[in-house]
Amino acid sequence: MIEVKDIRFTYPNGVEALKHVSLRIKNGEFAAIMGENGAGKTTLVKHFNGLLKPTSGSVLVDGVDTRKVSVATQARKVGFVFQNPDHQLFSETVEEEIAFALKNFGFKETVTKRRVTWALNLLGLAQYRKTSPFMLSGGERKRVALASVLAWNPKILILDEPTIGQDYQQKEKLRQFILQMKAQRKTIIIVTHDVEFVAECNPRVLLMREGRIVADGEARKVLTNPQVLTQASIVPPQIAQIFIHLSDLELPKDIIDVYEARQTLLNVLERQVK
Amino acid sequence: MAIIETKNLTYTYPGGTKPSIRDVSIKIEKGDFVLITGPSGCGKTTLCRCFNGLIPHFYQGEMKGEITVAGLNIVKHEISELARQVGLVFQNPENQLFALSVEKDVAFGLENLGVPREEMRKRVDWALNLTGTYGLRERAPHELSGGQQQRVAIASVLAMQPEIIVLDEPTSFLDPLGARKIFEVIYELKQKLGVTIVLVEHRLDLTARYADHIVIIDEGKVVLDGQPRKILSSEEARLIGVGIPKATRLYQLLQKDERMKLGNTIPLCSDEMATMLREALRN
Repeated sequence: MIEVKDIRFTYPNGVEALKHVSLRIKNGEFAAIMGENGAGKTTLVKHFNGLLKPTSGSVLVDGVDTRKVSVATQARKVGFVFQNPDHQLFSETVEEEIAFALKNFGFKETVTKRRVTWALNLLGLAQYRKTSPFMLSGGERKRVALASVLAWNPKILILDEPTIGQDYQQKEKLRQFILQMKAQRKTIIIVTHDVEFVAECNPRVLLMREGRIVADGEARKVLTNPQVLTQASIVPPQIAQIFIHLSDLELPKDIIDVYEARQTLLNVLERQVK
Repeated sequence: MAIIETKNLTYTYPGGTKPSIRDVSIKIEKGDFVLITGPSGCGKTTLCRCFNGLIPHFYQGEMKGEITVAGLNIVKHEISELARQVGLVFQNPENQLFALSVEKDVAFGLENLGVPREEMRKRVDWALNLTGTYGLRERAPHELSGGQQQRVAIASVLAMQPEIIVLDEPTSFLDPLGARKIFEVIYELKQKLGVTIVLVEHRLDLTARYADHIVIIDEGKVVLDGQPRKILSSEEARLIGVGIPKATRLYQLLQKDERMKLGNTIPLCSDEMATMLREALRN
């Protein structure tokens, strides 16, 4: 469990990025952190693996204060995939990139090999095993970065903008994968601007604005509330927008899924016929 | 009149084992807003690099077929010459920004074109204002967030006022409202100044409504090319795995039910779909 107790964080240049943030993320929970650029989303998640320590307040991961453990130890438990893969990749081949952390964590060679292959297959990268990450497209590099963290099987997984540069099929695979992780009681936290992806996953949504959390709840509730979304520079998902446009027709308001939308509209039609 | 035309364009990167784009033949009309999409790694970025001559002049490799941009055969003209006609906004803004201040980055291209000082001032301010980066003009680009850097990268291309602007996932780091505003600015450049826009995007929910023409690439080849409403409602597009806008999907799903009488114009955005539904539910 991640427990954030009234933290504030000020960068060395004086910018106060987090102002009194408190929250709890339980094991096996899937949460999406959303909000405008500069709201403090990435700053907040960097506290979860100890990359940043709060200026005041505290962050406990499974009851342990992040100030009391090294980032290296914490990384084994909390895997972090950065927004820009170029900040993370450095090896000469995709295979070496994924094996790097495993070697550092002291996994046996046979285990390392097996896990590398597993991660390559999972993310559709097997054909690039011997390719330099820098020869790949932006979307593919992003998947290499993800594979390199998944390979060591952390208990908590933080993904900063995982859908950037990913096509629809890749996103669908990512969604399936997250659901699988969730079923295994792993905690997944994504930072994202991709409202359509969040609408398809329906996770818990934490909305941030100017260093504070301004909304916290199920995606279908938060993403259908135009007032709070506008504050956080988020555009509602397209299905929600349709229902907002039709709000005078007294339809249900908390719909973000296309199949649910179809069913709701057909029900309305049927009632009218009667 | 086609402002970009390729005929059987095929290109392989140095050391590449197979072509990244194969037999690409497309025509982009002057003043159109063209959306290029397709699975990740399909060759979209490679094609964009051909439009301003980065391929073959910078990347080298092997190019076959023909490509003309604004009447110029790109193989015979230098990148510097092509840059007057075509501005390219890169996928990763860090690959594009290098100056010590935002303002200098935006002015850099104009200095190289020899634009007079007064004019330069005007254009730099215009581009900074349009992209919402005026307040950042004295900051160092490398200190900015990914989203802010993307705005600056767009500003530096807008300031050049090229005839063609090519944008490769230009708003991927921006929050949705910020992204929408940038797309509106780009659309306005097309509407008011007749600039030709080539946009590479996966997020069609945000962008399909602006497009006059859409090109879908898969494994280096053009697989669909034409009018957005037609293409996005086709079964092929869905099977390739293109992210069909949810408004379009809802329309398709409802059309299967004969009780729901929707109009024939396929919607690409929520307001179009809402208008249709209002009609259908009223009758």
